Amino acid sequence: MDGEAILGALQARFGGALAETHAHRGDHTALVERGALLDVLRHCRDDGALGFDMLADLTAVDYSKFPGREDGPRFEVVYHLLSVPHNHRLRVKVRVSEDDPVVPTASGLWPIADWFEREVWDMFGLRFAGHPNPKRLLLYEEFVGHPLRKDYPINRRQPLIGPKI
Amino acid sequence: MAKGWVRVGVGSFFTSRLDEAIGWARKYSIFQYPFVTACCGMEYMATACSHYDIDRFGAGLPRFSPRQADVLFVVGTISHKMAPVLKRIYDQMTEPKWVVAFGVCTCTGGFYDNYATVQGIDTIIPVDVYIPGCPPRPESVIDGLMKLQEKIATGAQRF
Repeated sequence: MDGEAILGALQARFGGALAETHAHRGDHTALVERGALLDVLRHCRDDGALGFDMLADLTAVDYSKFPGREDGPRFEVVYHLLSVPHNHRLRVKVRVSEDDPVVPTASGLWPIADWFEREVWDMFGLRFAGHPNPKRLLLYEEFVGHPLRKDYPINRRQPLIGPKI
Repeated sequence: MAKGWVRVGVGSFFTSRLDEAIGWARKYSIFQYPFVTACCGMEYMATACSHYDIDRFGAGLPRFSPRQADVLFVVGTISHKMAPVLKRIYDQMTEPKWVVAFGVCTCTGGFYDNYATVQGIDTIIPVDVYIPGCPPRPESVIDGLMKLQEKIATGAQRF
């Protein structure tokens, strides 16, 4: 299926749960309401014609200093899906506000989401409801803050860790 | 003893201070521990290979156990997560021991002025010689090595 057809199929099935769809240079994106996120992702994986068997990437974006986006929800969580048998791709986004930074976990659908979501928690401080092991992935437990947030000072010093330091 | 076989008189002996003799021995028997984490390692290898021949300085034999090493070469960026490992390696080395900060990342953090990088290893362990450069040329490394030799030879020897 080409990107337009994928978006059309999702639109026909989920309708109002898709807040927005667009395509940029051949990359098709669906912006999904948070409540319907897991249903959309599960449909993308299990539907035979879509067949997104691989979660290629899961990351987040902080839009707090993005021109024109200062007032909207601060974060977006981004899912890059790839279908190996059909060789087509889709980007799914969900908007998350700063006051309620929680997204349902996708680790039940694709096991790799486990580490992706831990990395997003590490770097952006977004929580994933239902995650089996919600700990930091790359940084260490004593780390203060989430460094990829735009309001993290670039040269903040962290406490040194380790034996007798 | 037959004359001519062993020289006697002038030139048959010399005097020294024990500190100087030990310092002379130590400065030509540097067993290094290369703690290589990043791109500076390539320049370290270039220095250690035959073209620059650091065997001239008695430093040709790296030991990969901290317990057998005299000098800790910290080569490359040290992240906060690596800091406890470096500290433990340093603690495992036996006295006398020296530390060389190789490259600007180990000296000051370099251009990694960010959340992940230790801003100079001297915030963790004492450093004897700093070799700046990104990465330093082998000539700078040899210069630093000679400065370290001087420091080893002239310092107070504990034994």
